[in-house]
Amino acid sequence: MRDQKNILQNIDWVLVALFSVMVLIGWVNIYAAVYNEEHSSIFDLSQSYGKQALWIIGACILALMILVIDGKFYAAFSYAIYVVFILLLISTFAFSRDVKGSFGWIDIGAFKLQPAEFAKFATNMALAKYLSTLDIRMQDSRTKLISTLILGLPAVIILLQNDTGSALVFASFIFVLYREGLSGNILLLALVSVALFILALLVKNSTLIGILIGLALVFILMVRKNKRNIIVIVSGAIIAIGMVYSVDYVYNDVLQAHQRTRIDVLLGKELDLKGAGYNVNQSKIAIGSGGLFGKGFLQGTQTKYDFVPEQSTDFIFCTVGEEWGFMGSLVVIGLFMALLGRIIFVAERQRSQYSRIYGYGVASIIFFHLMINIGMTIGLAPVIGIPLPFFSYGGSSLWSFTILLFIFIKLDSYRLQILR
Amino acid sequence: MNVSSGRNSVIFIIFISVGIIYLIRLFYLQVVDQSYTASATNNVMRLITDYPSRGLIYDRKGELLVYNEPVYDLMITPRQAKNLDTLELCRLIGISIEEYVEKFNKAKSYSAYKASLFEKQLSVETYAALQEKLYKFPGFYVEARTLRKYPLPIAAHLFGYIGEVDTSITRQDSYYKDGDYIGKSGIEKSYEKELRGRRGVRRVMVDVFNREKGSFQNGKYDTASVAGENLKLSIDGELQFYGEQLMRNKVGSVVAIEPSTGEILCMVSSPAYDPNLLVGRTRTKNYLSLLRDPYKPLFNRSQMATYPPGSTFKLVMALIAQQEQTLFPSTRYPCYGGYPPGGGRPKCHPHSSPLDLKASIAQSCNSYYSYVFRSVIDNNKYKSTADAFAFWRKSIEKFGIGIRLPSDLPNVLKGSVPSIEYYDKYFGKGQWRSSTIISLGIGQGELGITPLQNANIIAGIANRGYYYTPHVVKAIGDEMYLPEEFRIRNSFGIDRKYFDIVVDGMESVVESGTAASTRIKGIIVCGKTGTAQNPHGKDHSMYVAFAPKYNPKIAIAVSVENSGFGSQWAAPIASLLIEQYLTDTITRPEMDKRMREGVILPEIALPKVPVEKEKKITQKSPAIPVKAITRVN
Repeated sequence: MRDQKNILQNIDWVLVALFSVMVLIGWVNIYAAVYNEEHSSIFDLSQSYGKQALWIIGACILALMILVIDGKFYAAFSYAIYVVFILLLISTFAFSRDVKGSFGWIDIGAFKLQPAEFAKFATNMALAKYLSTLDIRMQDSRTKLISTLILGLPAVIILLQNDTGSALVFASFIFVLYREGLSGNILLLALVSVALFILALLVKNSTLIGILIGLALVFILMVRKNKRNIIVIVSGAIIAIGMVYSVDYVYNDVLQAHQRTRIDVLLGKELDLKGAGYNVNQSKIAIGSGGLFGKGFLQGTQTKYDFVPEQSTDFIFCTVGEEWGFMGSLVVIGLFMALLGRIIFVAERQRSQYSRIYGYGVASIIFFHLMINIGMTIGLAPVIGIPLPFFSYGGSSLWSFTILLFIFIKLDSYRLQILR
Repeated sequence: MNVSSGRNSVIFIIFISVGIIYLIRLFYLQVVDQSYTASATNNVMRLITDYPSRGLIYDRKGELLVYNEPVYDLMITPRQAKNLDTLELCRLIGISIEEYVEKFNKAKSYSAYKASLFEKQLSVETYAALQEKLYKFPGFYVEARTLRKYPLPIAAHLFGYIGEVDTSITRQDSYYKDGDYIGKSGIEKSYEKELRGRRGVRRVMVDVFNREKGSFQNGKYDTASVAGENLKLSIDGELQFYGEQLMRNKVGSVVAIEPSTGEILCMVSSPAYDPNLLVGRTRTKNYLSLLRDPYKPLFNRSQMATYPPGSTFKLVMALIAQQEQTLFPSTRYPCYGGYPPGGGRPKCHPHSSPLDLKASIAQSCNSYYSYVFRSVIDNNKYKSTADAFAFWRKSIEKFGIGIRLPSDLPNVLKGSVPSIEYYDKYFGKGQWRSSTIISLGIGQGELGITPLQNANIIAGIANRGYYYTPHVVKAIGDEMYLPEEFRIRNSFGIDRKYFDIVVDGMESVVESGTAASTRIKGIIVCGKTGTAQNPHGKDHSMYVAFAPKYNPKIAIAVSVENSGFGSQWAAPIASLLIEQYLTDTITRPEMDKRMREGVILPEIALPKVPVEKEKKITQKSPAIPVKAITRVN
């Protein structure tokens, strides 16, 4: 066992470098997105980009603080931190202001804090803590139940605050559970369910059921010698058909009107370009007009002020696409892929289960944000307002992702001191 | 426990697949699909709003009353407005260079990238001259819009006007954006949804020289505008015009209703003004001078002024008391110049005494109706005065008094009927009796009703007991649709049999009573004069009537402020309008001339006279002091 003399020793510099590059590119793009000729300094505090500079400095301080704190702290205090943030989430009902229809903000002086952002890493810690307990087996239904509770509690509270996007992020933990032994069938089932849901809305019920029965028959023919498999296939088909029917119910009676419209727009069922389809269409035009190499820094015409809404927060990727073209998109997505790959690589080298599970949580959350955020700007995912990690304007989002990632970096730098 | 080393690969493969799918999609959007890339050569897509034409408005005979005239708004996108000859532009649209700078800065402070209004409502000529040279002015383009035009200078209050939408509305209703027009009053407001149609939007590509390069993706994302629905009003344009002619130089109102449908035939509020004044570039100027006019021409008296109903209320009392069995056709009450007899209040004018019910209407005896009111309020049936009063209040509400008639006009007032609480507070609980509030019985005191309510009561009496909510729209759109609520009968709660004696009484008012001078040959008119007491000046002249007696076609209420007895001004005006409507002729030219030329108040806003001149005249005029006229309760 080695002594840790310097907190910067053993740090995974690849992750730190990826983080720094992404934050800086994000900042430059926020500058371009809301560029104002009269306030052309990137440090002008009256503008979003000036404020973002402050958030970045704050994020660096936070990162340092996280690295200084003893590595044992995080695992030890996981549950406590989880409880604190759950309470903070609940308290938003009392202190929040209505921001764009959701209630998840707390005002602290001039700052607006969004506890939902911070609930992500707290939940990740609690889940990692629970699953790393000795004698836990993912196959036990008790384990599944408690894991679901840990994830479900913050998700439900956030859902009640009308912030569907942030609540859905908790679904991404299915990757963590899968990594820790959840049956691959469940992951497959989840993916198939999403596919069925979308198909059921796009294709007529009778057609879809016909296809399902056809598929079932083909499978039965293939495995006709094994009675057990036939039963599995038949019951699977029945469940699938039931789901197809229940989709109509969920779609019409459970979802709220604006959620329905967003799904409709995504699926191309409703082309309302002044209303819900407007954002997606505008963002596609902006990104599409970028071409191979883009229009150049500050030369974007579509993302500035008028056409694309929320251009510095949820639709920041439009600016990348418009001003830097396909090459810019390639770089940004490439950076994210590199980050996700590196996190998984680093997670796999952990001796402690806690650190590994936490690492997978980090990757899952970042992946989910990436998938939804970029997906919605190019019309491949519904418009649910969640930020692009490290890129979007906003203190809560930047800080929460910084904390999320740097706790993992700290855990990793500490790995050699842990005895298995 | 490390489950399986293969699982990390599965997860990473899922991550990478999504990344690759996104990159393929991006490659398609950005590199393959040329319709988006076209913009990369610094072309700009411009959204052009396609404003629908607002619905036209016709009168009941199909005469066009309101139509649209095209005008052109000059729009600016400040960031693109560079390197242009500003002087030439100023010259073309007729503004000074200072104004240009001011407008430019205003637009820029709103948004440098978003188009905003630069100069509104250019005329066709200016637009023609500008259009040729528009290519010289990058950042500028023209949007076509329409303005309201009125072939006849009538019914300004009824039509209302349209104006720029308030931010309070744009915040709530996403249909509107800043700079849009919306109905602000009258039927333009109440039928805004039907009239406005649906906006369309076109996406066109323009090059750096501000020239349109064709539609974006062949108009795939364009939406066509849908024209607003036309309205057919129940208003008779000719009658409205004549009504406004007769009411010239007087302050007051005329409301006429077709009893069998509740359709409003004319609705005059005087002084009136030409609706064309509140349109176009001179609108603000004209609006301000109308606002400053001491006779308040903008005030819609026909539905917003409340007067004590005066003697016309005696008809209501006669009906309620009969229904309550406290009054019979043969009931006689004495009158010796007042109630109680011998100089009491209310006073009464000299006539023969005692009178029966029919004669009491013809003679409009105040004492008689004080007794009638007492018989209702002091009825032993009720435990207390307050109970009886509550019953009375409920009964008159059925006549539409003290409630807001759910008409299709905005800002319809409910008038005023005092409440039990009011009297309890004023006199003390249980301290008031019929004698303390006796003036209500003759339609004075705290009672206040609008001319629209007044006309509605007469329409209901003409129908012998029910009314349809008065409305001005006969049919909406091509399907000639009429809202269901205007087909519902509202009952007065009075049996049919009690009406005959009241109607007979009204007939004798015109045949031999207070309005005998307004008889029309060949038409039996049933009327009732009224004089609304006015503590601030000369009394208001009121008159209600319907005709013909059987199968009535028109019910009318006329009020002329500060003009004295009902028979003097209100009755002749109503009589002329009835004749005009029923026979389309005027057989009494001297009466017509006397009414048209009669000036109750000095020179009031004449339609067609330019506003500046009009103001001068009103200032010069002596006669009745302004204070007395402006008060309309």
